Amino acid sequence: MRVGVVTFPGSLDDRDALRAVRLAGHEPVALWHQEHDLHSVDAIVLPGGFSYGDYLRCGAIAARSPIMADIIDAANKGVPVLGICNGFQILMEAGLLPGGLIGNDHGQFICRDQELVVENTDTRWTAGFQENQHIVIPLKNGEGGYIADEETLKRVEGEGLVTFRYVGINPNGSLHDIAGLRNDAGTVVGLMPHPEHAVEEGFGPDTDQAMRNGTDGLTFFTSLALEGVLR
Amino acid sequence: MSAPRHIDSVEHAAATPDVKLPYAELGVTDSEYQEIIALLGRRPTSGELAMYSVMWSEHCSYKSSKVHLRQFGQKMTESMKKNLMVGMGQNAGVVDVGEGWAVTFKIESHNHPSYIEPFQGAATGVGGIVRDIISMGARPIGVMDALRFGAIDHPDTARVVPGVVSGISFYGNCLGLPNIGGETWFDSSYQKNPLVNALAVGVMRHEDIHLANAQGAGNKVVLFGARTGGDGIGGASILASETFGDDGRPAKRPAVQVGDPFAEKVLIECCLELFEKDLVEAIQDLGAAGISCATSELAANGDTGMVVELDKVLLRDDTLTAEEILMSESQERMMAIVKPELLEKFLAVTGKWEVDTSVLGDVTDDGRLIINWHGETIVDVDPKTVAIDSPVYNRPMERPSWLDALQADTIHTRDRDNTSAGVMDQIRSVLSHANLQAATWITNQYDHYVLGNTAMATPDDAGMLRVDEESGLGVAIATDANGRYGQLDPRQGAALALAESYRNVASTGATPVAISDCLNYGSPENPEVMWQFAEAVTGLADACVALDVPVTGGNVSLYNQTGETPIHPTPVVATMGIIDDVARRLPSGWQDDGENIYLLGTTSLELDGSIWADAIHSHLGGIPPKVDFEHEKSLAELLSSAAHEGLVTSAHDLSTGGLIQSLTEACLRRHVGARIWLSELQERDNIDSVTALFSESQGRVLVSVAREDDVKFQGLCAGRGIPVLRVGVTDATQSALDIADVGVLGLDELHTLHESRLPEAFGPLVGGRA
Repeated sequence: MRVGVVTFPGSLDDRDALRAVRLAGHEPVALWHQEHDLHSVDAIVLPGGFSYGDYLRCGAIAARSPIMADIIDAANKGVPVLGICNGFQILMEAGLLPGGLIGNDHGQFICRDQELVVENTDTRWTAGFQENQHIVIPLKNGEGGYIADEETLKRVEGEGLVTFRYVGINPNGSLHDIAGLRNDAGTVVGLMPHPEHAVEEGFGPDTDQAMRNGTDGLTFFTSLALEGVLR
Repeated sequence: MSAPRHIDSVEHAAATPDVKLPYAELGVTDSEYQEIIALLGRRPTSGELAMYSVMWSEHCSYKSSKVHLRQFGQKMTESMKKNLMVGMGQNAGVVDVGEGWAVTFKIESHNHPSYIEPFQGAATGVGGIVRDIISMGARPIGVMDALRFGAIDHPDTARVVPGVVSGISFYGNCLGLPNIGGETWFDSSYQKNPLVNALAVGVMRHEDIHLANAQGAGNKVVLFGARTGGDGIGGASILASETFGDDGRPAKRPAVQVGDPFAEKVLIECCLELFEKDLVEAIQDLGAAGISCATSELAANGDTGMVVELDKVLLRDDTLTAEEILMSESQERMMAIVKPELLEKFLAVTGKWEVDTSVLGDVTDDGRLIINWHGETIVDVDPKTVAIDSPVYNRPMERPSWLDALQADTIHTRDRDNTSAGVMDQIRSVLSHANLQAATWITNQYDHYVLGNTAMATPDDAGMLRVDEESGLGVAIATDANGRYGQLDPRQGAALALAESYRNVASTGATPVAISDCLNYGSPENPEVMWQFAEAVTGLADACVALDVPVTGGNVSLYNQTGETPIHPTPVVATMGIIDDVARRLPSGWQDDGENIYLLGTTSLELDGSIWADAIHSHLGGIPPKVDFEHEKSLAELLSSAAHEGLVTSAHDLSTGGLIQSLTEACLRRHVGARIWLSELQERDNIDSVTALFSESQGRVLVSVAREDDVKFQGLCAGRGIPVLRVGVTDATQSALDIADVGVLGLDELHTLHESRLPEAFGPLVGGRA
C-alpha cells in the first residue's frame, strides 16, 4: 500500500512515521501541508510534532491547512487515517474524533515507555492486535490530557470508540485513562503515544528480553495490510 | 516610526575627533579604545564601537584564554589530525567517521543567562549550539546537556533547576532532537552561577561540509530567519541613550534573549534544503554579537570584504538604532553568502518555508567591511581587526596560596569504619549523595526517541546515535567533568575529565576519536583563576596527545563566580566515539542470570576528592586520582574488541562514587540483582572494604560475561595486559545486591536511595515508581 505522511512546518516525527511505514512493508509517500494533493495514497499518517509551533492551540492551525481539507474528505470516504500525538490533536481540531487534549495535569513534558491496553481491534490500525492486548510504546508530550464533556464521554465509552487506555500510570491526567480513540467506521484512529518509535529492535522501549527491543508499534502499520477487517 | 536621529557616520567621526563615546560602559578599556583609534586612524563611530565592543569581549574574542588555548593546536600530532576534517576556528569541528559520513559536534556554555532567566537562558543555549551545527552543513541529530547547580537543598536551586530543565526540554523537544545524555551536579560552588553547557551533534556527507568563509566578490550577503529585535542589546542601549538621548523608546531591553524553537525548526529544514540544492557558498549563524559577528567573521575568514545596507535588515521593532541592530542577539537567524545567479532559487526555498529573508549587500574584494545606514557609511573597518586580531592578554597568573594546604589535607589519614554495619551505612550515604542520583526527574522531560536513531541514552554510560541506517554505523558521546578534582589540582582535573568521558564512550563499545570542551572558570582577572585555567588547558592538551584524540572546538566561559568566589574549575569534556554497528553496543546493565561479573583495572586508596569524602566527612582535600593513559587506551581497545566479538554482555565504567555506584546502576538498569564478593579484590590490591567500594581510582570498568565466553574473555584481557578479576555473578532470581561480608541491599531500597533526592527537592517524578 501507499501510505502518506504529512509534513507540516514544525512536524518532528514525520521521518520516523515514514520509516515505520517502510518497515511495515508499505510504500512511504511524503505529503506537504501546502498542497491539495494526496498523491493517490491508500492511507495517511498525521505525525507528531509542534505543527505551526502549536500556536493558538495544539493542532488548531494544522487542522485548517490546505492539505487537511483533502484529508478530511478522504477520511469521510473511508481512507484510513492515523493521528499520532500532534496528529491526534489535529484530528480532534478537525472534528474527525471527539473530545479535546489539554496540558498534562502535572504541568511537565513527559517522555516515558508507556503501557497501554488495546481495547478495540476493529480498526484499520489495530486489526493485528489481540483484543485487550497490553503493549508498550513511547509516550512524549506536553499536552496529552484527554478531555470531553459527560455526554461525549458516555458516547465514546458506550460505542466502543476508546481504542487505547493507559495502564499502570495515567501520565497526563486523561479522563477515563483514555490514550486513543477511533471513529465509528474504524478508519480514523488517533492516540497520544508514539507507535512509530517502537518499530525496530534496538531503538524502541526496553523489554524483558533486552534493552530497547520493543516493536509493539509495528502492528499499527502492518494492520493496514490485513484484509476484511472492516465491518 | 521614530524621529529621524542624527547619524554618527564615518565622515562625522573623522570631523569630530573630540566626541566622547561611552566605551567604558561597553566594557572597552582605555587601552583598547586607543587601539581602536590607532587601527582606524580616527575615533570610531558609535556603530564601529558597538562592533568592537562585542567582538572584543571576552565571550567573543577569547582575549584572556587565547594564549593558552594555542596549545591545543601546537601539541596536535599528525596521528590526531587523521580523522579531523575541520578543526578549531570554524563554527564547529568536523570528524570523518567513515563510509563517507562526517560528524560535527560542539559543546558551549550559556551559564550567565541561565542564572538570570533559567528557562530562556537554557532554551537559547540549546538553540545557539544547534545553529552552530547547521552552519557546518550538517543535519542536527541530537543534543546533550551538562548541568551544574548550587546545593540541592538551597531554595534558589529549586528556582533554577526546574527552569533550566524545562527550557532545555522545551527547546530541544520542539526542534525534534533527541536528548541523549549529559550530567547533573550539585555543589554550593555553583550557587549563584549555575553552569548550563549544551552540546549538539550533526551529520553530513563529506561533500556537504560548509564553512563560514565569505568568498567571491559580487556574491550576495543574505540574512534569513527570525526578524531582528531588541533582545540581548543591553550594551548598545547605552550607546543609543547616552550619545543621542532618549526619545521615548522602550527604556529597558531584555538582557537575555528569547527563543522560538518553532522558528528554529523551520530554519533547520530550510537550511538543509538550501544545502541539498547547493545554493549556499558560505554560512554563519547569528549568536552572540549578531550581525557584527556574522559579517566580520564571514569576511575575515574569507579574506574578503563586504558592503552591507543595514536598512535592509527586517526588524521586529523599527525604533531600533543602527548600533542596536548591529549588536542584537535575536535568535534563529542565519547569514548566507549566495551566488547572484542562484539568488532566485535561494529565495524560492526560504519562501517555501516561509522564512523571512533579506539581501543585505555584496561580498567585495577590498578587505573592508562597510556598513551603510540611511545613506551614510557608519562602519568602515578591516573585518580582521574586528573578528580575528582582537586583543590578546597574557594575564598574570599565580598558583593559589591555599593550594598546598588543601592538597596536604588528605582524607586518607583518617580512620575508616570497615565493620559490616559501618560499611552498609556508608553505602547508603554515598548512594543518596546528590551527585550520584539518577537523572530521571530531568530526562523524563526530554524526548530521546525522536528521529528513531537513539541506540543509547541516559542512564547508559554515553548517548549513542545511529548515523547510517543501512550499515548501522553510529557515534557515541559522553560529557564529563568533576569540579572537586579541578579544585584540588586543575591540571589533573582536566586530564581526569577527559579520561572519564573517554572511558564512558569506550564502555559502550565505541572507539573514542575526538573531543569538544567547554572550559568553565572564574574571573580571568584573578591571577589564581588564570593559573587554574592555564593548568587545565595544559593538562587537557597533554591528555589529548596521550589518548590520541584532537580537540575539534569548544568554548571558554570565564567570570563564573559566586560573588568574589570563583566556581570550582570545571572543564567539561565531551568525547565522541565511532562504532561500526550500533547493534554491537554494550548495555550498561546486566540482563541475564548467572553471568560472571568482572572488574577490569586495579583499585588503590584514592578517596581524596571522592563522593565518599563529601558524603561521609564533608571533606574536600588531598590529591585527585591518578590517570594511566596507556592503560585507558588499552582498556578502550579491549572493550571495542570484546564488543565486536560479542564477548561481553554489558559494560559500565567506574567513576564518581566508585564500585558501589557502578554496581547499583548496573543492577537498576534492568532490575537484575547480583552476588558480589570483595575478598579477592581486597587481597590482590591490598585495600580495605571502604577503599574497594568507594575509591575513585581510574581505568576501571565492570563487565558481565556469559559463562561460555569466560575463557575467551580472560584470554583477551591477558593478551592486552588488562588486570581482570571475577568479583561476582548476576542473579536474576533474587532482587538484591548481595555483597559478601558486607550486607544485602534489596533492589527496591537501591532504587529509593538512587532516585529520591531530585523529586524530594524539585517535585514528584511524573510517572515514577511510588
